Amino acid sequence: MDERIKNIFQCVVEGDNNGVQEHVHAALGAGMDPGKILNEGLIAAMAEVGRLFEEGEYFVPEMLISARAMKSAMAILKPHLTSEQVGSAGKVAIGTVKGDLHDIGKNLVSLMLEGAGFQVVDLGSDVAPEKFVEAAKTSGVNIVAMSALLTTTMVNMKSTITALEEAGVRGKVKVMIGGAPVTDAYARQIGADGYAPDASRAVAVARSLLG
Amino acid sequence: MPSTRFVERLNTGKPIVLDGATGTNLQARGLPMGTPSDFWVLDNPAEVLRLHADFLAAGSDLILTNTFGSSRPNLAHAGLEERFEATNRQAARLARQAAQKTGALVGGSLGPLGEMLEPMGTLTAEQARQAYAEQAQLLAEEGVDVLVIETQFDLNEALAAVRGVRSVTDLPVVCSFSYDRGTRTMMGVRPAQMAAAFAEAGLAALGINCGRSLEDNLKALQELRAATALPIWFKPNAGLPHSDAGGGLAYDVLPGMMGSQAPIWLQEGAALVGGCCGTSPEHLKAIAEAVKKPA
Repeated sequence: MDERIKNIFQCVVEGDNNGVQEHVHAALGAGMDPGKILNEGLIAAMAEVGRLFEEGEYFVPEMLISARAMKSAMAILKPHLTSEQVGSAGKVAIGTVKGDLHDIGKNLVSLMLEGAGFQVVDLGSDVAPEKFVEAAKTSGVNIVAMSALLTTTMVNMKSTITALEEAGVRGKVKVMIGGAPVTDAYARQIGADGYAPDASRAVAVARSLLG
Repeated sequence: MPSTRFVERLNTGKPIVLDGATGTNLQARGLPMGTPSDFWVLDNPAEVLRLHADFLAAGSDLILTNTFGSSRPNLAHAGLEERFEATNRQAARLARQAAQKTGALVGGSLGPLGEMLEPMGTLTAEQARQAYAEQAQLLAEEGVDVLVIETQFDLNEALAAVRGVRSVTDLPVVCSFSYDRGTRTMMGVRPAQMAAAFAEAGLAALGINCGRSLEDNLKALQELRAATALPIWFKPNAGLPHSDAGGGLAYDVLPGMMGSQAPIWLQEGAALVGGCCGTSPEHLKAIAEAVKKPA
């Protein structure tokens, strides 16, 4: 691996915010391809962070710190990227379902999806089925992602899928769900296309849904 | 004079049977999907009272107030901040009213604030301390026997919570963590780290609640037992839910399975046992029968 890319990769994995900014500036100054910095430096590093999270080596704090480093590097890199290079992996409308105000998990999934090159439309928490439908209709959105922390609210995932069907947009988008009480079996029962047990695996699921 | 009943009861050395879930059970009794269970304290108190009574009839020695999500930040998030004082006071009164009939103890439930503390989030430790303090004060004024800080995942929030509760009352305090990544919390905290962080905090018990599977919770219990001499509070959930034919939620772990596990929990060092999400009065009855069966 190129030395400059290696430094950028390492800084993101270690959550070194100042370090990654320095190295991205240096790489751009040396004329390195911004797309290469994005894909081989930043996105690859966030994939490594995801792997460390799945292995139980990293937890939420480490993931957040790395995501922050990635974001600050992106702010520097963005003006140098073409519009196709930004958010090229897909466009996800994400929210916590109606009645549920918990957004910690949803925010982590957003960060990891952005880290993987997805464009994320964050609908917030307590999102009504109609809001998801509206977002699903917007141009470019190809995934609707729903989160729920409460056993009392996870049923609204099903209501939202029904609303997408009734509005005639269910075929346009893939639906993925997650959250503490949610399981793969539940996802299949309510007709979702994918389920992820954590923020890291949400990236793999999103990729596979669009693959 | 704060109640000393909890400590006296704990000192008898006999296991204490806790209660089961609130949310999943109220849902089974008609709580509209998507409505947090705390709302029924003011909107349908009769049903909250009935659930308390069902757990007591099933054998609970200690029931928790329906105030898990009733901290000011949580209520404010839902646009219901004006309910703060009324719902906490009423929830404690309902639990006490039910418990008086059997002489059971009442624990004031304090759940996470729903926002992360600095540097991960924007809430300061002082704001968190205040939020726990003001909720604990209302519950203490209404006569609960013990304050239970539960489903915690972040040491900083839990430490702020304990400081907050301590600043307003001399009642005994229990602090319980949710190890939902096996034997680590989502922030990576291990049972041994939790035990070390609270070693000097003067807690009446350390706890484990919610989490993932019964097996993982048992492993967390074993790790915690090895790391502390304090009594252990143990409320695992009945596995994870799935959707049943009618679109409602069902749990895989049946009452008999919880009942057959309960003696193992005691053997592995738990002193207070009950269940979290998915634990119905029938599950609780099985636990109580197994625990109270003469050896």
